[in-house]
Amino acid sequence: MPEKTSRRAAPFFLGAGAYKHHIPASVDHLIQRGEFLTAYTPYQPEIAQGTLQVLFEFQTQVARLLGTDIANASLYDGSTACWEAIAMAHRVTKRKKSILTGGLHPHYVATAQTMARFTDDVLVAQAPVMSGDAEDAAIIAAIDGETSAVVVQYPDILGRIPDLAAIAAAAQAHGALLIAVVTEPVALGLLEAPGALGADIVVGEGQSLGVGLQFGGPYLGLFGCREKFLRQIPGRLCGETLDAEGRRSFVLTLSTREQHIRREKATSNICTNSGLCALAFSIHMSLLGGAGLERLARINHGKAQALAAAVAAIPGVSVLNDAYFNEFTVILPKDAHEVVDALAAKDILGGVPLGRLYAETPALANGLLLTATECTSDEDIAALVAALKEVL
Amino acid sequence: MNAPNASGWRPEMGEAGAILPATVSGDHGLNLEEKLIFELAAPGTYGVDFDDADVAPAPALGKFLRKAAPALPGLTEPEVVRHYTRLSRQNYAIDLGPFPLGSCTMKHNPRLNEKVARMAGFADVHPLQPTQTVQGALKVITQLADWLMALTGMPAVAMTPKAGAHGELCGLLCIRAALTARGEERPVVLVPESAHGTNPATAAFAGFRVENIPATEDGRVDVVALTARLGPDIAGVMITNPNTCGLFERDLKTISDAVHAAGGYVYCDGANFNAIVGKVRPGDLGVDAMHINLHKTFSTPHGGGGPGSGPVVLSEALAPFAPLPFATLDADGVAHLVEEGDAHDHGHPNSFGRMTAFHGQMGMFTRALTYILSHGADGLRQVSEDAVLNANYILRELEDVLDAPFAAYGPCMHEALFSDNGMAEGFSTLDIAKGLIDEGFHPMTVYFPLVVHGAMLVEPTETESKAGTDRLIASMRSLAERGRAGDVTLKSAPHYTPRRRVDETLAARKPKLVWKD
Repeated sequence: MPEKTSRRAAPFFLGAGAYKHHIPASVDHLIQRGEFLTAYTPYQPEIAQGTLQVLFEFQTQVARLLGTDIANASLYDGSTACWEAIAMAHRVTKRKKSILTGGLHPHYVATAQTMARFTDDVLVAQAPVMSGDAEDAAIIAAIDGETSAVVVQYPDILGRIPDLAAIAAAAQAHGALLIAVVTEPVALGLLEAPGALGADIVVGEGQSLGVGLQFGGPYLGLFGCREKFLRQIPGRLCGETLDAEGRRSFVLTLSTREQHIRREKATSNICTNSGLCALAFSIHMSLLGGAGLERLARINHGKAQALAAAVAAIPGVSVLNDAYFNEFTVILPKDAHEVVDALAAKDILGGVPLGRLYAETPALANGLLLTATECTSDEDIAALVAALKEVL
Repeated sequence: MNAPNASGWRPEMGEAGAILPATVSGDHGLNLEEKLIFELAAPGTYGVDFDDADVAPAPALGKFLRKAAPALPGLTEPEVVRHYTRLSRQNYAIDLGPFPLGSCTMKHNPRLNEKVARMAGFADVHPLQPTQTVQGALKVITQLADWLMALTGMPAVAMTPKAGAHGELCGLLCIRAALTARGEERPVVLVPESAHGTNPATAAFAGFRVENIPATEDGRVDVVALTARLGPDIAGVMITNPNTCGLFERDLKTISDAVHAAGGYVYCDGANFNAIVGKVRPGDLGVDAMHINLHKTFSTPHGGGGPGSGPVVLSEALAPFAPLPFATLDADGVAHLVEEGDAHDHGHPNSFGRMTAFHGQMGMFTRALTYILSHGADGLRQVSEDAVLNANYILRELEDVLDAPFAAYGPCMHEALFSDNGMAEGFSTLDIAKGLIDEGFHPMTVYFPLVVHGAMLVEPTETESKAGTDRLIASMRSLAERGRAGDVTLKSAPHYTPRRRVDETLAARKPKLVWKD
């Protein structure tokens, strides 16, 4: 029965917000050093400079990756970071309505909708459309003078790449903010950084770098934004300062935003964040650097190109996307859920059926999300193609 | 001759305290300084091997292709290993010594937990795999859920909250949903003044207005004042038990009955559940919702600030509103993951929704379940007893030199609370804390709870032996005496750390949050 099957060996094509990447062995070794693993939140800076310097470096790496002025010391995960961004945009713009585009991960939409049900925020969630382009025109058309923020995933849930620069310009024209959501940070090795394209707030799921799949958690939320929003940021911030002898030091700062000082007036209720995952992310990012990240991204993209070409050659299967990074949508001639179950019986983890994410949208039922990373081999692709031909 | 004495010291070494020679490197033996990665890295360097044959020759990304690689520093693997190893040496941690940080429960993290969490069937599975391929992972969630319900005497548990504060949010959203289902708008949540800051912040985040309720002289919730405030506008109360003064709220059942009679709900902050595991079941005290910090009570590592995990146990009244998704076993022992599409079919149509992508902190679930199974019911009970015994030992050993505001009213639970009353003019809790750093300990929690002036909250946990606790007591006693005597060397502590007291005001006045060339 399945419980004994080693999934490590099975050809693997899942993504949709959680990605299987190679994590260098030194990452897991270093995060298990007791001085990191068994330390607390660095409230006593004289004996926590290790964690604090890591957080300062992490904030800088995240800001540079996302293309933002500043970044915080992490949140729980991408979905909760997305809601925090929406809530922050409402504090900044003093407006109550945010538009969630059809390309936003449905779990992120659901998380935000849960919170908005209990606050006076208004969310307009656009329905996903099975089209090759990223629905940019529909997004732009929806922005009006009451819009606080428009939330755009990049690349989106179907793997498409929205034109952030055009959307940012439209948002700005109405005094609204653009929140860009990145669930696959490796994509930013090849794609322009959202902040550089005009996004005001950029949030992301950092799991791809340094953090294993772990059946959904713990992961880490990335959060970057313009410097002028500094005092509205949720979560912990680490800042540079001096010690009594004038030496460069690091310390948690601007805590007057936070719950332990501000109580019911805090910018968020978050306390514990995702410190050890931020450390793992930072170590992996240090091993890659910009040059390594670009090479890793090129490999991911090339594997996805090979995968797309191979499945597109199967009769009855078509690739939806015009453009994609390492994840794309294919249309099958039958319900993708059944196909994925049939593939699992052949010990192939054949992607995420859109029906799993959109249970109440039958029109998407034949859609299948496929992902390739540096872990995908030519043999994996051949096995998937052969199995698909049998089960379709 | 200049023979070395027992410690290796010889006369030509000079006297201790003499000015030591400067070094060219800025390092001092094993006291190593470490630059930022941005100052260490060379352009184009990286520490991972790639197969050039795999690199995409022609990215099909058109206008989306970035012009230049991200401006991120890269290091070789040896450089990375050294950088983070050197930084780690500037941290204090449980692995180095006692960490009596009250309310935070810094106990030993068994390494078996780490080993189990890294087993491939837990660590390498994707959250959206077909459920028939992740039966083992799902059964870890249901097994841990069973244990948490048994230990708390509660009929349901929501496993997805990511940390304690997220669990508080889950509980309050259940209360909001339950009130909405009853057709009622109740805008106010009552929170004691001694509560964790997350309590009022969470209530506000969930759309409630917060009102404080006072404490009595003996450090517990003022039942008379609380009961008097109950009425049709009160959604519920948030009470920590044991509370943040380290005291058991003896009247919680009375409070719960009164709150229920007035149509409200009782949220219990379970941050201090570690003091009563195996001794008291919150379900028997009328609690409707309580989060459990797996990183406190069940020993998952704090990791320098997370990740946490905050499952929330729920009463019959709130269980129907629990968030999605959740794992469940059918009559044949097959595990299912109930999501939006099949919640109705599984008899859970009234969920308040999803709080996060995916199914919660699986990596913490495996660690917590490992801890629970390796201790068993008797072991968990002993953990609580030892934690409480250690705290009371500290309270009684130090109450003659440190003001202990509630000591006269009886024993404490898992943490001993002191104030800075009796210190010399100009000396306060902060000086004791920084002095404790010089003594080689992590300080206690300071200036919390807010209801006690200059609070010092000492939580030894069950981890400390009698000998270890005696060493902590000896240092604290010495510091208390120095504080009472006005020893000026305490004002400049810590002296023996990689950095001296840091300028927090400068950091906040001129925020510098990222490194710039």
